[in-house]
Amino acid sequence: MARLYEYQSKEILRKSGIKIPEGMVVISPEEAKEAAKKIGCPVVLKIQVWAKGRAEIGGVKFAETPEEAKRTASELLGMEVKNFRVEKLLVEKKLDVERELFAGIIIDDYAKKPMLIFSSIGGMGIEEIAKEHPEAIVTHRIDVLEGFPEYKARELLGKLKFKGRTLVKLSGTLSKLYKAFRKSDARVAEINPLAITKEGDLFALDCHITIDDYAVYRHPEFGIEIAREFDRPPTELEKIAYKVEEKDYRGTFYFFQMVKSPIPKEKYIGFHGAGGGGSMMSMDAVLSRGFKTANFTDTSGNPPASKVYRAAKIILSQPGIIGYFASGSGVASQEQFNSARGLVKAFMEEKLDIPAVLRLGGNYEEKAIEILEAFSKFIPAKIEGYGRDDPPEFCAERLANLIKEGKTKVHKVRKIQDYTPPKGEYSFKTLTGKVSIDHRACANCTTQACVPACTYEVLKIRDGKPVLAISEEDAGKGKCTECLACELACFLHGEKAIHIYLPIPGLKEYREKLAREE
Amino acid sequence: MAILVDKKTRVLVQGITGREGRARAKLMKGYGTNVVAGVTPGKGGMEVEGVPVFDSVYEAIETVGEIDASAVFVPAPFVKAAALEAIDAGVKLLLLVPDRVPIHDTLEIASHADRKRAKFVGPNTLGVLSPGKAVLGMIGGRPETAKKWFNIGDIGVSSRSGGITSAISYYISRAGFGLSTIVHVGGDVVVGLPHPEIMKLFEKDADTKMVVMFGEIGTTQEERVAEMMKKGELTKPLVAFIGGKAAKEGTRFSHAGAIVEGGRGSYASKVRTLKEAGAYIAESLMEIPKIVAEVRKEHKF
Repeated sequence: MARLYEYQSKEILRKSGIKIPEGMVVISPEEAKEAAKKIGCPVVLKIQVWAKGRAEIGGVKFAETPEEAKRTASELLGMEVKNFRVEKLLVEKKLDVERELFAGIIIDDYAKKPMLIFSSIGGMGIEEIAKEHPEAIVTHRIDVLEGFPEYKARELLGKLKFKGRTLVKLSGTLSKLYKAFRKSDARVAEINPLAITKEGDLFALDCHITIDDYAVYRHPEFGIEIAREFDRPPTELEKIAYKVEEKDYRGTFYFFQMVKSPIPKEKYIGFHGAGGGGSMMSMDAVLSRGFKTANFTDTSGNPPASKVYRAAKIILSQPGIIGYFASGSGVASQEQFNSARGLVKAFMEEKLDIPAVLRLGGNYEEKAIEILEAFSKFIPAKIEGYGRDDPPEFCAERLANLIKEGKTKVHKVRKIQDYTPPKGEYSFKTLTGKVSIDHRACANCTTQACVPACTYEVLKIRDGKPVLAISEEDAGKGKCTECLACELACFLHGEKAIHIYLPIPGLKEYREKLAREE
Repeated sequence: MAILVDKKTRVLVQGITGREGRARAKLMKGYGTNVVAGVTPGKGGMEVEGVPVFDSVYEAIETVGEIDASAVFVPAPFVKAAALEAIDAGVKLLLLVPDRVPIHDTLEIASHADRKRAKFVGPNTLGVLSPGKAVLGMIGGRPETAKKWFNIGDIGVSSRSGGITSAISYYISRAGFGLSTIVHVGGDVVVGLPHPEIMKLFEKDADTKMVVMFGEIGTTQEERVAEMMKKGELTKPLVAFIGGKAAKEGTRFSHAGAIVEGGRGSYASKVRTLKEAGAYIAESLMEIPKIVAEVRKEHKF
């Protein structure tokens, strides 16, 4: 679930008509002073990080004068909080609060409905309230086709004996909160505390909204960099990986780093899973062999070979790993030769220096293992392919043995060479890359193995050389599925004339930076 | 019998002309599923794998007659529209295959389905397969593999992971047992037919003697199955395997989520409640066939 900062969440509330204290986001002590002047003291300064319990760690401070706001801001900015560095503060008017309440909406998976939770006690965590004052809480499951009109809110609040002006204001706020929740595709929207001021007004003092990862594409306005929950800022490599995921809708690619720089002594391996359940099971198998996983990666949902290739290149951008383990459920429905092709292309380019065990069981596993075997002699390190009858525990054991036997102990990240098209190049664009064929080399070819290899019939022979059999437009739109079969067939049986260029924006620079840091 | 899908089920494929729709129509037909029509707006009049394609679900029903189930293969952003169209046309069972369907879309689909008394499996599901009868979705990949991997028999499988659905079913078959129906309930937090709903169907199914369930951390599906067992709503023997033992805790909705889950949702809670209710707990996937064999001996199946 993609989290929003407090100030972003409050902006959503404000647009929905819920009152929030007057405030400004600042990034320097000077700005904090200006903001305090403009808003009028006393003010409250709050660090903007994805962490709960900010008050307890000294992330919420009050200031009586603009000068004090400046001083306080200089203490708060740059603070390290649970893996995050404080870069922004919210400066807000301090209000005279009479009473604190809680209002939140979550999704009840079992009822398949949003569930509103309201408590006449607020300020503390809802779990605590539920434990200590269960009588203060009311809940209501909302039918999305009916919505949550104010009269429904009034019915609900009546149970807690709210009356008069407060009842009317509160029911308006709850109804608006629900609208904001729906409109922003939220998974969670919590106002805590929801404050009643001395003047009898209602204000959202703190608010926390998380957005459904799958709906982030509908909300460019939130500026969410990576659509998932992080308990730390995403790493550079994760950002590079996410761009790949974002730009290619075919299948899933998920990359997450468990450690920033793997220490070889701690036996870190590159982990490449397929499917949630199978990945978890496979990870358990390597962990129980005493390994640690440097990353968690999942390519599943029938991804094209190009996506698996990019995933492997990104996994191999982690220096210090001592092995590569790919394993899913073992009985995958997806076409496993795609995974095999993506992996061998990446391993050949990277001149793989650490052993790899690849458990590619399932649909077309025989073909997948055949591909691995055919190319293993072009890969410096040992690779072994396994299928559905080889349990993950056995495969993890194989990796342990290969690592023990291996000469190269630790993975070194290579620089990425710029791509220079050959002189006699014939090329066409694919969905995420480019197929480049050196027609001069094709002149010596006796096999023309590329054409039968292309089961999608994208290529044909003209004047003894492979060319597109379909329009360039269709090829670029995805008719060429980037299955990599032509390149690999040409490598084995032809003149090594085909190169499929699949760029990964930012990876070259990232690796250069790694080399400089070394 | 079997649950959800059998030889007679008249199946529609929405999004049949796309990459996935085409490949899976081939699988379904090749396996023996009664695929009677496909829909892709704007492609009416075409044929895919011998299946006539129509511009709308309504038109398909008018031409080929009643539809029992629709398998939806359109990209995630369009799943809601496709599902509502099918529900509106009177289809009573939907299979929503795509991953990454926005959860608020699923909530809307659920509300509409409720009103029309329709059910849906998924989203984010590999599908449902009744060995020897029919497959809905993409389990097995190809007809040849699907036929080879899954034996006909009396064990029901319900799983929250697609790959594990196939893996459990394959390993059970390899051990010499057979399956009545295998179901991937879907990997999302909100799914149309979670484990407890599938258990109700297995309980009623004359072909099913016992059930194997793969659960995961998060949501209360498995705990609710345990409650059903305690109440006598699920009397058939249940073998359960819960994944995510090593996964870190705290990947739940939020603190407010605890109100729904009430301390449930964790690995420990699921295993404990299922054990108390009398389920057989497997510690690993590979252990499942062995436990199945023991349970069958104990119950004289």
